[in-house]
Amino acid sequence: MIRFAWTRFRTQAAVGAGVLAIAAIVLLVTGIQLAHAYDAAAAACKQHGNCAGLFNAFLTQGYFTAGKLLGAAGLAVPGLIGMFWRAPLVARELETGTFRLAWTQGVTRTRWLAAKLAIAGAAAIAAGELFTLMVNWWSSPIHKANAGYTAFTSGSFQSGVAPVGYAAFAFALGVTAGLLIRRTLPAMAVTLAIFTAVIIAFPIWVRPHLIPPVRTTSALSLASVAVTGGTSDGHLILTTNTATVLPGAWVISTQVTTPDGRAASSEPAGPCATSSASAQACNDYIGSLHFQQTVTYQPASRYWAFQWVETAIYLALALILAGLCFLRIRPGRSAEPGIPPPPRHRPGPRARKVPVTSFQPSRTRLAGQARRRPKWLPACRGTWS
Amino acid sequence: MNTVIEASGLGKRYGRRWALAGCTLAVPAGRVTGLVGPNGAGKSTLLQLAAGLLEPDSGGIRVLGEPPARTPAQLGRVGFLAQDAPVYAGLSVAGHLRMGAWLNHGWDTEFAKRRISDLGLNLRQRAGSLSGGQRAQLALTLATAKRPELLLLDEPVASLDPLARREFLRDLMETVAEQQVSVVLSSHLIADIERVCDYLIVLTASRLRLAGETEALLATHHRLSGPRRDPRTLPASWEVIEESHAGKQSTLLVRTSEPVLDPAWTVRPVSLEDLVLAYMSQPGDAARADLAGLEIAS
Repeated sequence: MIRFAWTRFRTQAAVGAGVLAIAAIVLLVTGIQLAHAYDAAAAACKQHGNCAGLFNAFLTQGYFTAGKLLGAAGLAVPGLIGMFWRAPLVARELETGTFRLAWTQGVTRTRWLAAKLAIAGAAAIAAGELFTLMVNWWSSPIHKANAGYTAFTSGSFQSGVAPVGYAAFAFALGVTAGLLIRRTLPAMAVTLAIFTAVIIAFPIWVRPHLIPPVRTTSALSLASVAVTGGTSDGHLILTTNTATVLPGAWVISTQVTTPDGRAASSEPAGPCATSSASAQACNDYIGSLHFQQTVTYQPASRYWAFQWVETAIYLALALILAGLCFLRIRPGRSAEPGIPPPPRHRPGPRARKVPVTSFQPSRTRLAGQARRRPKWLPACRGTWS
Repeated sequence: MNTVIEASGLGKRYGRRWALAGCTLAVPAGRVTGLVGPNGAGKSTLLQLAAGLLEPDSGGIRVLGEPPARTPAQLGRVGFLAQDAPVYAGLSVAGHLRMGAWLNHGWDTEFAKRRISDLGLNLRQRAGSLSGGQRAQLALTLATAKRPELLLLDEPVASLDPLARREFLRDLMETVAEQQVSVVLSSHLIADIERVCDYLIVLTASRLRLAGETEALLATHHRLSGPRRDPRTLPASWEVIEESHAGKQSTLLVRTSEPVLDPAWTVRPVSLEDLVLAYMSQPGDAARADLAGLEIAS
């Protein structure tokens, strides 16, 4: 069955491999350019200093946006694979009726599905992981140049093991949608819609609750104050960047307060109000206010814990969906994907009242229940007692 | 008598509509059984239940002594040709034969190859570009080359022109003679059934109406015409299948195992087509009236 599942999957696999190869070539060519540009910036930084400025110039060459887009594509790939590879996997057989051919060969449906899942699942996960690795290699110079970069953010993971979980989930979702909806195109649409919804909703509603975040209150470090200024009515504005004090951490929220608990924005801006004021004067002023900084965050050391927990959750979802598929397809269940014929005939098993005409020999006999079933006529439920 | 299919109280529902209801029957082994009935009578449903593609909503079915499609062994003993002969459009004829060899334990490669070359099919041709007749032949090859004990054919000739239909049936009969299989074949064309079947099952409106050996059925049904009579005066052993009365004349289709001795009746034999049509065209008929009677009684 594995061999046959493979022959059925070959074309899709070839198309997928082709797309992946094209992506690889594009990423390789641009990635080499990108690496050169980074090396040039890094070399200049070694010679002349002003690294921040040089890296900033490097990032604003358009690579930064391209990198973000690619990262998003890395997340979309499992969804697309789920849509183009998995949804048709079963749906097309149900749609074209070939399941009637496949399921009457000398292999049980359970094995048929298992083989399909094994081949296609392995391919989907491998393709998704391969693409993730390529994107990560491509964007590594951007990550190096961007001091504030961390892979540990509020969004879904774009590297590590979690993408394997996403791919497995998308794949199981595609198969399940195909099996339940039985038609290729709607199944593809549903797969993509649900996958997108889950990948967006999970980091918002589920991930913050996986491990309780750490909350620390400490004196505000001036190193973490990125931008200062004043509002029109003279209040202080502080923008903090905690990446410098908590490298690699996922910072959920920061709050700067005065020692007696008021928000920092309620303080007069003082020398920070005008842009002409010297940075030193502004910093001194902020230092004199003795601000407290409360940071809610997940420490960098938890990165892999989150990766594994998230992978496990997605894999569990995938397994549940796959289990549903097996339950659904297993013979002995009444919920089979047989496609009912179009109703042409109305009468059901319930008899309609038959108008009694003058000649109704069988009916008169029946009234007395005396008629016995002739041997040649098989008994039908409710018809003869 | 050995049976290949045993059903008791078998029923299958699509939504609220029963496609097949309360069907109890035993299909004998070693026969070519014809399953006839109008469109939507439940023929496909019965065959798909037997192939294990559908699960019953009531009652049960055993095929070759086992519940259908539970084990590879049982699947290997039953060949199924679905309606419209589905094949993988993108897969070549040779690819289909490979599939058969990989998926079926008892696959007969020699037989399959010989049959395909006898049919003049190109092994490299994609199944999607075959004609309807060739596709049906390919599907029949797949169903027979696994050397089944029971062959279930759902409207195998429906999409074929008369010539192709004749060839297909001849071919089927040769295969049957060669392999000693039991066959259940559905069709709404009685002529096809008459040509190849020696056992007959009639389904109408989701219900089983008649089952029996073709010859025995023909021998026990008679077309009678004679002076008009009150049916209550007819012999109790007669089963009146169809009756029409015009003026003083009555014409009856009767089932009885006893000879008709009353000289008032002119007795003529019935053709299989007449017989089947009589059973099929009984809308407010005996069985239905029985059911109504039962419902009132209970």
